[in-house]
Amino acid sequence: MTEARIDLNASAEPSMVTVGHGGVRDFVSLLKPRVMSLVVFTAVVALAVAPVSVHPIIAFAAILSIATGAGAAGALNMWYDADIDRVMSRTRERPIPSGAVAPSEALAFGMVLAVFSVLVLGLATNWLAAALLAFTIFFYGVVYTMWLKRATPQNIVIGGAAGAFPPVIAWAAATGTVSIEPIVLFLIIFFWTPPHFWALALVRSGDYARAGVPMLPVVSGAEETRRQILLYSLVLVPLGLAPVVLGFGGWLYLAVSLGLGAIFLVLAWKLRSGHGDAIGPVARRLFGFSIVYLFGLFAALLAEHVLGLPGQETLGNAFAGLVQSGLAA
Amino acid sequence: MEEPGIVLTPEQKRRRRMRSIAIALSLAGLVLLLYLVTIVRMGPDVIERPL
Repeated sequence: MTEARIDLNASAEPSMVTVGHGGVRDFVSLLKPRVMSLVVFTAVVALAVAPVSVHPIIAFAAILSIATGAGAAGALNMWYDADIDRVMSRTRERPIPSGAVAPSEALAFGMVLAVFSVLVLGLATNWLAAALLAFTIFFYGVVYTMWLKRATPQNIVIGGAAGAFPPVIAWAAATGTVSIEPIVLFLIIFFWTPPHFWALALVRSGDYARAGVPMLPVVSGAEETRRQILLYSLVLVPLGLAPVVLGFGGWLYLAVSLGLGAIFLVLAWKLRSGHGDAIGPVARRLFGFSIVYLFGLFAALLAEHVLGLPGQETLGNAFAGLVQSGLAA
Repeated sequence: MEEPGIVLTPEQKRRRRMRSIAIALSLAGLVLLLYLVTIVRMGPDVIERPL
């Protein structure tokens, strides 16, 4: 009787085994835990802000599904981008380029998690939220990873939508609809993404150039990238005040949004007007601060709604009155 | 004569065991989650359905 045997290295380069021997930690890192933490946080805030009380078990199932869906998209991204990751210093230790996980394992892992996350979200909450999660995974895994990333310097602008969807999904999970509030949260993350990633790309442009990824600094240069970072920041900071205008951000949110927004603009301006060696450190500071900014805005919203801090309706009504008197004049 | 086939090192065997445990725990967690979601969503209807 003939036995079927698998040759681990058949028709593969020495560093590219067809079956990996990764541990649990390698599979966890396929889920991009740091990106997942942002996804979980923004989704939790949207659940807290939504004007519907959700049973804790359902809320847990919704957040777990959204996190798992985001992880699945991350695994599919790493599967497709293994060739690029192998070239870039920031990513060459990822599970697939390092040989710990085989590409086919990552693909199967991502697909299984994607299907389960969408099904569980649909069963636990509603099918609008599940459809939005499925679209987000498709958008990140196919539209961004397989198409935009290697095709256009606007890759992270359009692809940033995938990272902006979690609050919308969480809101839909809680309410069964999508209203103006989650759309504003979506827009804040959407306009935050380009300054955040381009600040990183400015100091890593050599990596991207080697990998052939047309990031803005590689295609249009540092000067144009710094100009665009400032332009997006000028849209982002006023947009960060929209929750106050719409009546779901109170005094604390207003203070945080104004304070952090001012620092964001100062850093973006310093980056725009900087020269030579001064650019790198400012770009790093802006990259780090952009995380603080987004975390601060969402944490303020969360604190106001969990602690019941005042101001939302007062400020919302004040702005509505201003608009009405402006229209009457 | 029988060929040895794939022979895993002790470290590879340990990792495979850890992966198996992680899959088992994940599946058990999924079963528990679906059970709790069913109870929460259906409430008393779980036991008050017509036979």
